[in-house]
Amino acid sequence: MSFSPTEPSRRQKWVAGTLVVVYALVTILPLVWIIATGFKSPSDAIAYPPKVVFEPTLEGYVNLFTTRTRVSEEDFAALPPPSSWYEQIVRDSGLVIAGPSRYGARFANSLIIGFGSTFLCMILGTAAAYAFSRFRVPIKDDLLFFILSTRMMPPIAVAIPIFLMFKNLGLNDTHAGMILLYTAVNLSLSVWLLKGFIDEIPVEYEEAALIDGYTRFQAFYKVVLPQAATGIASTAIFCLIFAWNEYAFAVLLTSGTAQTAPPFIPTILGVGGQDWPAIAAGATLFLLPVMVFTILLRKHLLRGITFGAVRK
Amino acid sequence: MSASPLDQVAAATPVQMATKIKGLSDRAIAWIFVTPTILILLAINIFPLIWTIRLSFTDFRVNRPNAEVSWVGLRNYERVLTDPDIWTAMQATAHFLIWTIVLQVLIGFTLAYLINKKFRGNDLWTTIIVLPMMLSPAVVGNFWTFLYQPQIGLFNYAVSFFTGIDPSSFSMIGDVNLAPWSIVIVDTWMWSPFVMLICLAGLRSIPDSIYEAAECDRASKWRQFWTITIPMVLPFLMLAVLFRGIENFKMFDLVVQLTGGGPGSLTELSSINLKREAFEKWRTGYASAYAVILFVTVFGLASIYVKALNRVKNR
Repeated sequence: MSFSPTEPSRRQKWVAGTLVVVYALVTILPLVWIIATGFKSPSDAIAYPPKVVFEPTLEGYVNLFTTRTRVSEEDFAALPPPSSWYEQIVRDSGLVIAGPSRYGARFANSLIIGFGSTFLCMILGTAAAYAFSRFRVPIKDDLLFFILSTRMMPPIAVAIPIFLMFKNLGLNDTHAGMILLYTAVNLSLSVWLLKGFIDEIPVEYEEAALIDGYTRFQAFYKVVLPQAATGIASTAIFCLIFAWNEYAFAVLLTSGTAQTAPPFIPTILGVGGQDWPAIAAGATLFLLPVMVFTILLRKHLLRGITFGAVRK
Repeated sequence: MSASPLDQVAAATPVQMATKIKGLSDRAIAWIFVTPTILILLAINIFPLIWTIRLSFTDFRVNRPNAEVSWVGLRNYERVLTDPDIWTAMQATAHFLIWTIVLQVLIGFTLAYLINKKFRGNDLWTTIIVLPMMLSPAVVGNFWTFLYQPQIGLFNYAVSFFTGIDPSSFSMIGDVNLAPWSIVIVDTWMWSPFVMLICLAGLRSIPDSIYEAAECDRASKWRQFWTITIPMVLPFLMLAVLFRGIENFKMFDLVVQLTGGGPGSLTELSSINLKREAFEKWRTGYASAYAVILFVTVFGLASIYVKALNRVKNR
């Protein structure tokens, strides 16, 4: 083995590794606790001391997707036997299913608005980024800085006029309004990131295509787009995650038809206060996709969260 | 075979020039590509901002759309700047901002330094540490209120396990002395990995040859750390602080779900205070003036900071 003065010694590695692993285990604990609480019964969830070993139940998930009512004892006894496993779970706690909850609709709203705005943002963002990267656009630096500075505004500061504007245009509490809004919020990120990715593609490829008789537009979508595919995909995931997690605009501008999951999840109530297993179940379903995407994105993570300022 | 002079000229013309005539000109494409983005940003970012500035000079109230609106000049600004509540909110924001940045820089840099020792499996553990940062602050913040519950919360249980303090004797969110720290703790938990990632990029950008040269000069490890590692990572660290500073100045979702500004208005940060003025008290003109002041503050502080950052970079 060759000796290098910069290679950490085996003991240093061991100490550093132990400390980092301990930190990682502590930091992941709240997330593990969310997932575990989703599978607890209400009494297990609020037990003291906190229960690490418990009998898993799907009660939280059933409560998340249903609304339940209490019926009188005679009516309860007269009911036909439960026809499904989830009805059985609800009956066991002395209740009957009254109907579906709004969680499914809220989750679907998050999907529609998240994917809709990401799609729109990628089309506009890729085109703008290509133009900024390849052409001499007048006042380019000012425009780029302007695009970035829109990100510094506190959302609440522009929420008042957006609220008024949407009210006048009939966009309040609609999918179209939220898609448009999130597209605008995410455009700065996508233009900056995509410009960085396109800058890295050698101009010679396009020049070769142009000489071969392609038009500029053909060169753009037959040569540049396939080259930038990885960059576009990772930028899209970032936009999706930001739209997925957004709360301030969602809570101010949506209340019914277009409400997304983040403002809804904390309001899930059970008998006598917040229904923690149901909230945890809702949070688990909502957070898990992001965790998976984060793991997929890990190579581009730094670039995404710093607007391309740090590339690595 | 003899070609006419015209054919010879045509043959000598580069294909590139011919294509320019065939498709749209570069200039046209540039405008077609950029315009939609600029239009959307103008409509949804700049137009509302101008509207906010306009509203800030009026006594308009959203909940009374039919009332007559009159211009009040700078009176809204005067009232915002002399309102003691605003200064309480600013103090809460400053406390939150300073402590989150201090803690995140310390924890983030330490983690990056340790991970840079390249022990086995460091990639896997880095990814795990990064997870909280990517999640929805509102949903996670809401769940932390459960972890902070006095009797049953995991956080209180952990504190009592290590210190022996009765877990039901203190409430992180309800207590006047602890509430400002409860939001600092959760934000630090969420965002230390962000500082860590940027510092890690900084540490990895230092070429080994510099350390090797220092080793030849018999510089101690301690000296190497202060004269090589720290100055080389500093621009990265300052960038991380800039991002965290702007984000935490705007902080809304996490804290609103965690404490809702309470107890009293102790953790009511500027954004939460502003939301209350605008969407609960419906003082639209007043809130607009407040929003403009906040925006100018962030923008001003960020510009000064970026100047300092560039000076460090160019040193």
